Amino acid sequence: MQKADWQRALCARHGEKTQEKFNRASVAICGLGGLGSHIAIGLARAGIGKLLLIDFDQVELTNLHRQGYKPSQIGRKKTEALKENLLEINPFLQVEVCERYMQEADVKELLAEVDVVCEAFDRAESKAMLVNAVREFYPQKVLVASSGMAGFGDGNEIHTRKINAHFYLCGDERSDVNDGIGLVSARVMLCASHVALKVLQIIKDGMDKGEQEE
Amino acid sequence: MLIINGNESDFAGKTVKEMIDFFQYEERTIAVEVNEKILPKQEFTAYRLQDGDCVEVVSFVGGG
Repeated sequence: MQKADWQRALCARHGEKTQEKFNRASVAICGLGGLGSHIAIGLARAGIGKLLLIDFDQVELTNLHRQGYKPSQIGRKKTEALKENLLEINPFLQVEVCERYMQEADVKELLAEVDVVCEAFDRAESKAMLVNAVREFYPQKVLVASSGMAGFGDGNEIHTRKINAHFYLCGDERSDVNDGIGLVSARVMLCASHVALKVLQIIKDGMDKGEQEE
Repeated sequence: MLIINGNESDFAGKTVKEMIDFFQYEERTIAVEVNEKILPKQEFTAYRLQDGDCVEVVSFVGGG
């Protein structure tokens, strides 16, 4: 597959203007578990130009039921394993990885260059930390966060809510993994798809506004 | 009157800390936006809600 063929196929589906915006866009994915790995796969397939993948963890057997990894990748860094999987899907994707347990002090530096930030951590405290920090340091960057996707509950309860023009929240906002209901691939992927779709909409429509202003 | 999570409320004059304690939010797992700007946690005890404020308390649960 040549790059020109790939681009032609994407342009035929998304439209040339939209695809150019996708090609230019960069998105950070903070946390590469069930949410983050599938958000990344969705964005890589759509031909987003550049992804920044951030996670400290390694692939474990207990991840495989819901995360975008393979048995052959057990023990590998999630950043490297996901990069490999994404490049199999889209060999022309630019991928940057950062192996780090992200703390508040990292947010400013790590996310300086990206257009959009996806919060995809698993702990509620980590989610709140990242959202607070991104909203404080980068109020003009678009942030898409997630909360509530555990269990076997009705898929239609997973939604995307606009908090404001730069901050969206996906999930059912209730189902807590700490209530002992576990995480099920199909429902986590549903939430990840909400995030990925919102990111694509924002890149498509957000830049439309920019063009009108020019 | 001010709006908290879409509902009219009479918390004017109360601090954000008093408001989140009343609703029993856990400070570690929330983000509070006032008029579409994040309110840093260190300001929760000092910021007094005013008439006309639009407050959104985003509360996170685990899983990802």
